[in-house]
Amino acid sequence: MFDNLSVNQRAAVLSVVMLVVGLLIWEAAIPAQKAAAELTEYERLTGGGAPKAGVPPPSQVIAKAWEQLSNPFYDAGPNDKGIGIQIGYSIYRVLTGYIMAALIAIPLGFLIGMSQVAYKAFNPFIQVLRPISPLAWMPLALFIIQDSEASAIFVIFICSIWPMLLNTAFGVANVRQDWVNVARTHELGYLKTAFTVILPAAAPTIVTGMRISIGIAWLVIVAAEMLVGGTGIGYYVWNEWNNLDLTSVIFSILMIGVVGMILDLAFGALQRAVAYVE
Amino acid sequence: MSKPFLSIENLTQIYPDGQGGDLTVFENANFGIEKGEFVVILGHSGCGKSTIMNILAGLAEPTSGVVKMDGFEVSGPSLDRGVVFQNYSLLPWLSSLKNVSFGVAARYKDWSKQKVLEHSKKFLAMVGLEGDVIHRKPSQLSGGMRQRVSIARAFANEPKLLLLDEPFGALDALTRGTIQDELLKIWGGTEQTVFMITHDIDEAILLADRILLMTNGPYAQVAESVEITIPRPRSRTEIVEHPNYYAIRNHLVQFLGQRSKELAGKREGETPKAPATIRIDKTGSEEDPVPSAPLRAVNT
Repeated sequence: MFDNLSVNQRAAVLSVVMLVVGLLIWEAAIPAQKAAAELTEYERLTGGGAPKAGVPPPSQVIAKAWEQLSNPFYDAGPNDKGIGIQIGYSIYRVLTGYIMAALIAIPLGFLIGMSQVAYKAFNPFIQVLRPISPLAWMPLALFIIQDSEASAIFVIFICSIWPMLLNTAFGVANVRQDWVNVARTHELGYLKTAFTVILPAAAPTIVTGMRISIGIAWLVIVAAEMLVGGTGIGYYVWNEWNNLDLTSVIFSILMIGVVGMILDLAFGALQRAVAYVE
Repeated sequence: MSKPFLSIENLTQIYPDGQGGDLTVFENANFGIEKGEFVVILGHSGCGKSTIMNILAGLAEPTSGVVKMDGFEVSGPSLDRGVVFQNYSLLPWLSSLKNVSFGVAARYKDWSKQKVLEHSKKFLAMVGLEGDVIHRKPSQLSGGMRQRVSIARAFANEPKLLLLDEPFGALDALTRGTIQDELLKIWGGTEQTVFMITHDIDEAILLADRILLMTNGPYAQVAESVEITIPRPRSRTEIVEHPNYYAIRNHLVQFLGQRSKELAGKREGETPKAPATIRIDKTGSEEDPVPSAPLRAVNT
């Protein structure tokens, strides 16, 4: 029956089947509330009639998603903003911190990669700072910066700097000597060599670092916003948990996944653009 | 006797041998190359041919000794000395044309873009690359085509000295033959001075005006300079008919097979020694090859 379909088409059919089966199992696994009339006297007396908070079925989540996505940018006060606005805040913070990190990490990584001395001198600092959970910086950031918004951006900055720095340095340090020799025999200057030979040669490694960084930044922003509060998708999740609105919690979890995937796809495309075959 | 265009004087290369001692790869190498000459250096692996090449290119520094070109000491790489590397060394993210034109643009900084492209295309056409092919990236080309691009890049820069580091080493025999012909053709049209490394005796006889023979390392020396007394233009099918061909070939095989070992490791003392010039010519009188007085030796 599937013989005439391509691999991609077959995979797509299988994906849809898995989705439908998964949703059906989820839907069926939610126990229905008993109607008040069916309760025994004893159950009514012990509070069994009060609605129990349970995990919502997928049908409710889909309805919620439809409702939210049809009007994503409404703003009805501090605790009631559309999902589009919340995600917008998160993306703004991620990109601000990420771009600042890139502006420092890539040039610095270049210098570290070009010089063995610099590589060895910077290495111990990088190795100590890199494994620190970005959220551990939060109290220090709040104290020094004295602004929760800027502190969240700082946390993004500090978590996205390391993969970019290390990958840039590694990529630059490992450019094939043959290509450097080509630059040397053509009397290219220091800057010309950096931009016409080393940058394109190291670009795939650098972009891989950038892709890792954006992934980490998107993971960290949710946690950071839960702490600093106010706006953002992380705050939204926590706020809906406080409201015990699990439908919204599940919906926003899915949205975090979708946005993360889009960010990753964008960097995947960039990676393909700078790739070369030796 | 006036100084040759390129002179290598008392070149010595010593590397640490990894056990605290020193390893002298070659010692007191002396030879010269005239303008427009095609000189090939033959020797076994490990005799320091590639090291000599890197020193001439300015990519490595000798332990002692100097290289002079046009009377000036060579230091560091320069556009005056073009290099064709064995592994092509094309930049894989650039098209073939860009690989040539970036070199031309570096050489002739005041040229317009249009002129740079035309010049590059002209040299690509000389090695038989025309049309759509020149816009392909190196990964989309065969090994032979890549080496052609690399040769075009070097010739397009019109360096004073062209260095070829086993340019056909990675190619199969048939492709090698075609590209040797391309090389002869492009060289004939430019009167470029060429210094080339090879392992292939027939290739050396086909291409060279003169073959330098190196003894085995350590303490390798440039022992002989064999003139190729076969008139140009040469073609691979015709030179084998020439009476000098097998005489020269036998001499080279003899040297590489036997005498390079016998002479290996013999130190000649501190006096700089020029390679003996060998001239084998069977077209006139039938006499055995005798080392004559050095013709192009450098007197220091």
